[in-house]
Amino acid sequence: MTAPPTALGRRAAARKPQPEPTAVRSALRGGGLLALAGLLLLLVVLSTWIGTKDTTLGQVWTALWNDDGSYATDVVRQLRLPRTLVGLMTGAALGVAGAVMQTVTRNPLADPGLLGVNAGASAAVVFGIGVVGLAGFGSLVWFSFAGAALTTVIVYVLGASGRAGPTPVRLALAGAAVSASLSGVIAGLTVFDSATYDYLRFWMVGSLAGREPELVVQLLPFVAVGLVIALLLARPLNSLALGEELGRALGARIARTRIAAVIAVTLLCGASTAAAGPIAFVGLVVPLVARWLTGPDLRWVLPYSMLLAPVLLLVSDIIGRVALPGDELEVGAVTAVIGAPVFIAMVCRRKEASL
Amino acid sequence: MTTTEIRPAPEAGGGASDAARPVRWWSGRVSFRMHRRTALVSCGALLLAALLLLVSLCVGSYPVPVPDVARALFYGTGDRLAVHFVNQERLPQALLAILVGGALGMSGAIFQSVSRNALASPDVIGFNSGAATGAILVIVTFGGAAASVAAGAIVGGLVTALLVSVLASRGGLQGIRLVLIGLGVTAMLGSVNSYLLTRSSLNDAQNAHIWLVGTLNGRGWSSVQIMAAALVLLLPPVLLFGRRLRMMELGDDLATGLGVRVNRSRIALTVLGIGLCGVAVASAGPIPFIALAAPQIAAMVGRSPGVSLVSAGAVGAGLLSAAHLASSQFFSALVWVDRQVGWVRVVEESQRNNLLPVGVTTAVLGGAYLAWVLFKRRGTGTA
Repeated sequence: MTAPPTALGRRAAARKPQPEPTAVRSALRGGGLLALAGLLLLLVVLSTWIGTKDTTLGQVWTALWNDDGSYATDVVRQLRLPRTLVGLMTGAALGVAGAVMQTVTRNPLADPGLLGVNAGASAAVVFGIGVVGLAGFGSLVWFSFAGAALTTVIVYVLGASGRAGPTPVRLALAGAAVSASLSGVIAGLTVFDSATYDYLRFWMVGSLAGREPELVVQLLPFVAVGLVIALLLARPLNSLALGEELGRALGARIARTRIAAVIAVTLLCGASTAAAGPIAFVGLVVPLVARWLTGPDLRWVLPYSMLLAPVLLLVSDIIGRVALPGDELEVGAVTAVIGAPVFIAMVCRRKEASL
Repeated sequence: MTTTEIRPAPEAGGGASDAARPVRWWSGRVSFRMHRRTALVSCGALLLAALLLLVSLCVGSYPVPVPDVARALFYGTGDRLAVHFVNQERLPQALLAILVGGALGMSGAIFQSVSRNALASPDVIGFNSGAATGAILVIVTFGGAAASVAAGAIVGGLVTALLVSVLASRGGLQGIRLVLIGLGVTAMLGSVNSYLLTRSSLNDAQNAHIWLVGTLNGRGWSSVQIMAAALVLLLPPVLLFGRRLRMMELGDDLATGLGVRVNRSRIALTVLGIGLCGVAVASAGPIPFIALAAPQIAAMVGRSPGVSLVSAGAVGAGLLSAAHLASSQFFSALVWVDRQVGWVRVVEESQRNNLLPVGVTTAVLGGAYLAWVLFKRRGTGTA
């Protein structure tokens, strides 16, 4: 939980003096980014094509452009396309939010759940069903969004209450404290309320299935704004990663950067959790892999995370659709089963000092 | 009598300080040093636990006056309902709260001391999430008999703890690698658990959910017997090895210099800590925060210079007893508030017999405790 706080900064500093032919390096990184984009496009096609109902690629193609009212068209337009788009959006949001959080908290193991996002969204969902009496996904989305946002603000204020400001460890502890209390409240509200618990248990897994097409339109603005803020923050975050003093000396405005980063993370995590439920590991593993591919420069890490995370999510979703005959695995279960071994392998490979 | 020394509370204040006094019994054959304030804290916490036990015998949705409680306890006569409630439900559950709280408190103290991390608990090596997986599997596949659920929890927890320890063994049993691998395994099992819960009937899922929250409701004398037997087996080695914790806290080199076999002791203590936590989780589910908070509160109130397993256990017993009493009275209290205020209606009258799982109380208060600690230390900058 408390990795050496300067790990990122130290690695960044260690990389600096290496005499790299920068032109070659950027060309390689740019090419990699393009290749990733191509892979993602391929996965989008696969995701609209593969499923329990057999469809040909031709059917998918016609279904995308005109609605001829056939069953195959309905399947593609009403089920697979929204699902794929939610996957794209959620993935990009989780990946970038994870990368930003790992930099701001200077903890390479931070993930969006750490700021209490998941607990806040779950508590709001439970409150919405059990106390307010809402039903249906549409109205609950806004509840979970508001819950995630509110919790993040509380965690940030609690973490920032010290004289030293929101240090990484304080943020993590505040997140743990608020999550714990909220999980108690959730348990208290659901123990005697089977109907609410029934909804919660399916929400908790994290799934892309059965999302309305309107959901994509509703949540897209939040994700877009969050992504833009995060990408604009790449340079100030780079300075922040070097440590507070050094960052300030380089002209970074620490407080402003941190607050902007928290706003971006809140928008991204809130929207993705509202859309797909708490999906584990994507926000944790993807930035680690991105940094491993590109080096510590966030101007590369952020775009890579933005493409890698939807790749992971769509692959997991497709695997979940075909893995079990007659049953569908939720994407949250698949990402955890794929992500955890990757994570553990990375932890085992690295030297003790660099963890 | 080959063992001539038992030192349950190794509290060496550093030489001739008046705080730590040697105690000798049986003309020196049993001797230990005792930190006076720590001893006071332990006694106070145990006294509090006993007091709470007595209160919890009397109150509830079926209140029993003190004389009737005494008659039911000692003679088993009187109102049949009262005898049943006191002897078969309230007494075993209150006793179980003391035993489970004590085990959790000691296990938390061991883990925090061995890993030198004030936030460590058996969760760190994935024990609780593995136990949860085992318990859910048993509930979903075989239905939920208490004994088989407990067995499933123990097996699942031990397998997970073993797996994490083996994976992390390259870095030794302390160190950040263990924490990280535990984190990964915990997250994966969390998803597996969520998945299993969606693939079972709502009834099974709800049962598993209550188990996962952690509860003492519905436990009877058989749970108390198992728990007591396990503690009788575990306590002597725990107290024997516990005295090495103080020396190990000085650092590996110094401890080795003092004659402690550091690695062997660390492994033994970890195993004992898992054992303590395991029996507690098996009998009451993964009740959160007692293992975290009890050692910290014991150290804070006792102002002791180092870890003390006895006081951590005593404080754990007191905390869980208080949480148990509060949880079991929660709905009755809400109904009472409704009746007094009139215009609010928080719960229906019919819900007054509901018993809140104790895990709900400890989670809410534990989170608040963590936030309070964080807020209190806001001046220092460090967490």
